Amino acid sequence: MNYHWNWAIFLANTPSGRTTYLGWLLSGLEVTLALSLSAWIIALLAGLLMGVLRTVPNRWLSGIAAFYVEVFRNIPLLVQLFIWYFVLPEIVPVSIGDAYKALHPFLQQFLAAMICLGLFTGARVCEQVRSGINSLSVGQKYAGLALGFTLPQTYRYVILPMAIRIILPPLTSEFLNIFKNSAVASTIGLLELAAQGRQLVDYTAQPYESFIAVTVLFMIINTVVMILMHRVEARVRVPGHMGGEQ
Amino acid sequence: MISIKNVSKHYGSFQVLADCSAEVKKGDVIVICGPSGSGKSTLIKCVNGLEPFQQGAIAVNGISVGDPKTNLSKLRAHVGMVFQNFELFPHMSVIDNLCIAQTKVLGRSRAEAVERARKLLDRVGLLVQADKFPGQLSGGQQQRVAIARALAMDPICMLFDEPTSALDPEMVNEVLDVMVGLAQEGMTMMVVTHEMGFARKVANRVIFMDEGRIVEDAPEEDFFSKPRSERAQQFLSKILHH
Amino acid sequence: MGYEFDWSSIPGALPYLWTGMVMTLKITAVAVAAGIVWGTLLALMRMSGFKLLAWLAASYVNLFRSIPLVMVLLWFFLIVPSLLISLFDIPRSYDTRLVSAMVAFSLFEAAYYSEIIRAGIRSVSKGQMGAASALGMSYAQAMRLVILPQAFRNMVPLLLTQGIILFQDTSLVYVSSLADFFGVSYQVGSRDGRLVELLLFAGAVYFIISFSASLLVKHFQKRKTT
Repeated sequence: MNYHWNWAIFLANTPSGRTTYLGWLLSGLEVTLALSLSAWIIALLAGLLMGVLRTVPNRWLSGIAAFYVEVFRNIPLLVQLFIWYFVLPEIVPVSIGDAYKALHPFLQQFLAAMICLGLFTGARVCEQVRSGINSLSVGQKYAGLALGFTLPQTYRYVILPMAIRIILPPLTSEFLNIFKNSAVASTIGLLELAAQGRQLVDYTAQPYESFIAVTVLFMIINTVVMILMHRVEARVRVPGHMGGEQ
Repeated sequence: MISIKNVSKHYGSFQVLADCSAEVKKGDVIVICGPSGSGKSTLIKCVNGLEPFQQGAIAVNGISVGDPKTNLSKLRAHVGMVFQNFELFPHMSVIDNLCIAQTKVLGRSRAEAVERARKLLDRVGLLVQADKFPGQLSGGQQQRVAIARALAMDPICMLFDEPTSALDPEMVNEVLDVMVGLAQEGMTMMVVTHEMGFARKVANRVIFMDEGRIVEDAPEEDFFSKPRSERAQQFLSKILHH
Repeated sequence: MGYEFDWSSIPGALPYLWTGMVMTLKITAVAVAAGIVWGTLLALMRMSGFKLLAWLAASYVNLFRSIPLVMVLLWFFLIVPSLLISLFDIPRSYDTRLVSAMVAFSLFEAAYYSEIIRAGIRSVSKGQMGAASALGMSYAQAMRLVILPQAFRNMVPLLLTQGIILFQDTSLVYVSSLADFFGVSYQVGSRDGRLVELLLFAGAVYFIISFSASLLVKHFQKRKTT
């Protein structure tokens, strides 16, 4: 193999001269982090809301949430992303569509990716919230109601605090997945980490170094998130209660 | 205070309660007993509207439980309930378990709620555990906390659904003692239980249920000395031979 | 709503769209089969007593589970072909795209399959291994005749569900410019200026197939437990 390794390439300047190739990588990392974190917030909000709706007695509300989950789970993420980016701007009211198209291209890509990733992951969070709620004994709900709580109060003070603690491990997986899935946004041109990796391959002709660097960065993200979530789990653990198992 | 008139409930094709009627006056201590599956737990859960019923009427202090216009949350705030599996909230300390409904439902201030809670914990002998979490307590301790939690709402009556059935034998008495104390103070109580010793001590009436029906409803001495129905006789002979 | 829908592109493009679907199904089938086989091996390696093997398998699984599928596909699209060509002296004109996509998917999905299979093997009670040994079976025989068959029966719903996920993931071969169902839909859409309709069409097709498949899985799950 007559490949010429050159790890110093990261410190070389890019053609525009404004930054180094390492700088490109780091900017890609920034975009990945910003996209994943903002999508995660959307996912948590949507997932919590839909997960609660899935478990209420009202059949209409429960059905709407089920519909949301099935739609977002049965269409590939890439297809969903393209629909948000190419289709939505065309079929929403003209004023909204035009306002969107007038945005800077980066913002257009970022917004589409953020909403897409958020709602996609939200469907999965919903199913976990639902299973967390269902894993609680029905007596907890009765106990809350018997004290005079309304059903919303029972969810807020009794059911959700325990359900969320129970699902912290699978929620951690979903959080990790969001960072990985954010790479799909490279297909609509968003210059996140994977896209920058590809740029580096194109510009530097040092594909191995570029890809190894990007892979290592993804693995670092993975490890950091896992450590953080373990800390969170340890902090909210209920004394005397074995990891949430009944 | 509690009036149950011709209540029937079915789950699909299964008849859970059939034409049940009973009257509970203020200060009454009613023990409901019967074989498993006789509907006793369901009946008591109908009293505070936790279980819906298809026919009949239940009124607590004149307020109809089955009426769709009734604010059930307000009603339940004044009816205390104690569950077989204690059902303390595991993510809250003991003192918080007692205070949360006081503050969020009755609107008391935190200071007021804590004071009331500490008095009640002291009464059931658990003041020193106030800052512990339910998972750190034994079953008997948890159930006493559960009783205190229900009492913190200053209820007009208390419903008990097999309060000692999930307890190890050596912890049953500590809970029964609290319940006896309550009865002697004049609390109106409906207690689903197998503990006949408790019934003999403080109950003034015993209701015997079988297969969803109220088979007997008699003053306590009458029930134990001369039960009228054959089913009740069989039941008593089986459980009193311990 | 100012957009005028025009679905006329679709009927004429159906044969071409079908070739894309065939590509999708081919990749899915190969990746599921290879993924399960390789995943089972990985699971067995991890559960074996040989520390080195277990560590290698664990590292493999952790690596592939911490990086995006897009990265793996790009690796295999941009780098591996030239690597293979220089290593094995394959003619440059050989279109390695389909093969590298299939290999990429198989290697990637095997990591996920191995976790499912490992859990499945664990779920078969320890007593079964004990009983098999008591009957004189070797470890390999016990695995093959007693443990794995039971484990697989328990895991079928999860394996199938992972297969549905794989089916959807194949759309990512877009980054390798391979013409799977999604790739073809996009091509037809941009060629005819009807991208909106074709994207919605593709979404609907994926939805119908995945949803029906998941209903089938649920149905089999119910039948198994009754």
